[in-house]
Amino acid sequence: MKNILKSTLFLGLLVAFTSCNNSGKSGGNGALSNNIAEKVYVAPGEHDSHYAFISGGYSGNLTVYGLPSGRMFKEIPVFSQFPTNGYGYSEETKPMLETSYGFIPWDDSHHPDISQTNGELDGRWVFINGNNTPRIARVSLRSFETEEIIEVPNSAGNHSSSFITENTEYVVAGTRFSVPVPQRDMPIKDYKGNFKGALTFISVDPEHGHMDIKFQVLMPGFNYDLSHPGRGKSHGWFFFTTYNTEEANTLLEVNASQNDKDFIAAINWKKIEEYVNNGGGTMMPANYAHNLLDEATHIVTSTMKKEVRVVNPSEVPGAVYLLPTPKSPHGCDVDPSGEYIVGNGKLSANLTVHSFTKMLDAIENEKFAGDAYGIPILNFEDVLAGSVEQPGLGPLHTEFDGKGNAYTTFFISSEVVKWKLGTWEVIDRKPTYYSVGHLTIPGGNSRKPFGKYMFAMNKITKDRYLPVGPEMEHSAQLYDISGDKMELLLDFPTHGEPHYAAAIPAEIIKENSLKFYKLADNKHPHKATNEGETKVVRDGKNVHVYMTLIRSHFAPDNIEGVKVGDKVYFHITNLEQDFDVPHGFAIIGANNAELLIAPGQTRTLTWEPKQVGVWPFYCTDFCSALHQEMQGYVRVSPKDSNIELSWSLGDDI
Amino acid sequence: MKKASIIMIIGSLLLLGLFKFPLWNIMLGAPQYPEPLGMNIYIDGIEGVEEFDLQNIDGLNHYIGMKTIPKPDEMWEFSVFPKVVLTMVILGVIIGIFGYLEKINYKLFLGWFLLMSVLGILGMYDFNNWLIDYGSNLDPNAIIKITNPDGTPMSYKPPLLGFQKLLNFDVTSLPHIGGYLMFIGMFLTLIAFWMGRKASLRQTKA
Repeated sequence: MKNILKSTLFLGLLVAFTSCNNSGKSGGNGALSNNIAEKVYVAPGEHDSHYAFISGGYSGNLTVYGLPSGRMFKEIPVFSQFPTNGYGYSEETKPMLETSYGFIPWDDSHHPDISQTNGELDGRWVFINGNNTPRIARVSLRSFETEEIIEVPNSAGNHSSSFITENTEYVVAGTRFSVPVPQRDMPIKDYKGNFKGALTFISVDPEHGHMDIKFQVLMPGFNYDLSHPGRGKSHGWFFFTTYNTEEANTLLEVNASQNDKDFIAAINWKKIEEYVNNGGGTMMPANYAHNLLDEATHIVTSTMKKEVRVVNPSEVPGAVYLLPTPKSPHGCDVDPSGEYIVGNGKLSANLTVHSFTKMLDAIENEKFAGDAYGIPILNFEDVLAGSVEQPGLGPLHTEFDGKGNAYTTFFISSEVVKWKLGTWEVIDRKPTYYSVGHLTIPGGNSRKPFGKYMFAMNKITKDRYLPVGPEMEHSAQLYDISGDKMELLLDFPTHGEPHYAAAIPAEIIKENSLKFYKLADNKHPHKATNEGETKVVRDGKNVHVYMTLIRSHFAPDNIEGVKVGDKVYFHITNLEQDFDVPHGFAIIGANNAELLIAPGQTRTLTWEPKQVGVWPFYCTDFCSALHQEMQGYVRVSPKDSNIELSWSLGDDI
Repeated sequence: MKKASIIMIIGSLLLLGLFKFPLWNIMLGAPQYPEPLGMNIYIDGIEGVEEFDLQNIDGLNHYIGMKTIPKPDEMWEFSVFPKVVLTMVILGVIIGIFGYLEKINYKLFLGWFLLMSVLGILGMYDFNNWLIDYGSNLDPNAIIKITNPDGTPMSYKPPLLGFQKLLNFDVTSLPHIGGYLMFIGMFLTLIAFWMGRKASLRQTKA
């Protein structure tokens, strides 16, 4: 009897482990689990139902994935040079990476957010922040190219960005690190009370998307971690989580974790906007770059701006309040109705949810617990909507499915927990592999989430794929959230550190996607729109080659009269007017990269020949049956040679 | 006879559709062209179905040494065809009006139809000749040269009507709206003749 009991127990344990293992590997049990492959299978030639725009983190890029297949479609260079197509190497695109610090060919891209109209995704642009050298970029969802980057002055560690208001009125750039404003030489130990945290509101032109810094709110010297716009009833407000309200300046892992509660800063931006529109705030000298692509000329122009409007929050009473939130909150997420503001205290055992209605009520009745540098602090109990008790360890980020449920990631316990808004009860939990950061539900930062899929972006990959040495791509995991229980569907690698993502149903953008640039609309000053316009022109030591590309030849393909010490500008126009027929250009000894030139586009590569000889150039993108024949030569003569410039194509036939 | 004459006029007027709509359409699809390239053949010139289709067809055709697709001023047909069609419309309408006024015999309706048929067949014959020239009169320096099993150079002549496989391309050639309107118009003139005949027989009986 005892033995039977023992073996039953043993069997029971075995079953428990096995089923646990099963749920880990395939995401579900029973008969239904074997149709998971069908749920992510997109047959050859079929299209995915959703686009996902996943930040590349330290790759400085933005990658485009399809859901539910998890296939990567494109890597869009944003803050980093990209030899694949010459972004940041070509003369036209180099200005996009200009800053007040000069040319910066890298950044840490973090939080993409898709433009909205009336609180719903409109699929026109994706905004994304550069974290290291504070910048905000706008990527077109028509051309899938970076069209604009604006640098953010008085800022450092542009982390609580780039989230947008519900009509894309503003994209915010909140500083993670407070710094002296204006920057100056001062002892670091005097941080407290002297450093400032700039929360920057960048206006977006409703038609063209062009960005301009409208104002900066100079907040106390906390660390502004993440942010989210209010929506619906809380439209007009913006919420920022903070840590280090201790204003410590050393060993922050200890010294910034002393206060039991930090704050969520609630900013009534409409109120500040009104103040600014009436001439409020002060113009302050600044130096920051504004880089803008002109789609007609295909050229980026970089302009240095010299001043910025700053607002001291104490100047605008009733515009800024602080909501006490336990233990170094990280994520700051607002539900689709705009009522609930979830502050995930990453060191807290519970999840704290604030109520917007209660917040307004407390403000109305002036129930303040005190103030910080003149900014009123509300009572924790007065604004608390509820808390989810002991849901997991290390809560980070929350998204919503639009059906009254919230999904929160737990970094330490490596899981996603589904809970119900209002009742605060935990409904489901699923493990992630491993150490999950952000999660995304398509439309998650809008009034209308598309609650069919959710994907988690994990920081640690370990044994999920074939090992490839100590450094691995990160992993993302796709869950079906259409039922009561989450179901793990797919596990796919992502490029760089996939920090956060924005996702959208494909039909909102795919019809508007550009297929090629119209040659007739090309206004590039160095374009050649047909082979008759090709030429080579000397201007002192500069040689300008006006070249065209078409399947399968360059025009011209032989160039003579170039000398050592010249600077040769290859201005190359792709004459094709056909979908997906770019041509490449590479030349031996170029100290930069190749070019990939889209149909109808003009791009310029500089080449400084250093050795006498006859040097080949060729097309890098396999373009046709005679791609391999798409080549040419440049003859480079000695410095003192008197060989005249000449060029030709097809003369010996 | 009045009804028949009205139908005769309508039938002739339907030919005016040729000034607005293409007579014929040729579509070229291939694995790398999931959205096929296409040309619409009008009585006064050839146009791409999409803006850059002709440029892309010419770009592909240069590999096999085909001439570029002719511009309107490169073929006499494109200036003559509109005149012929317009003449036939005017002639048809005049015949119809005179028929309505009972000044002419219904047999002229058939005469118009037969004349139009002859002209149409001549047009088709001419068009087919052009297709043969276009598809077989190739540049001797062509990059790609393919011969038939018997050693003769392969012709890339698109079909006059229907479907044909040309190398990697699936080519479909069919009448288009203008062509269909013309066929309906011609059919109507035939009906006009038949109705005129019926009316005339009834009159004779009475």
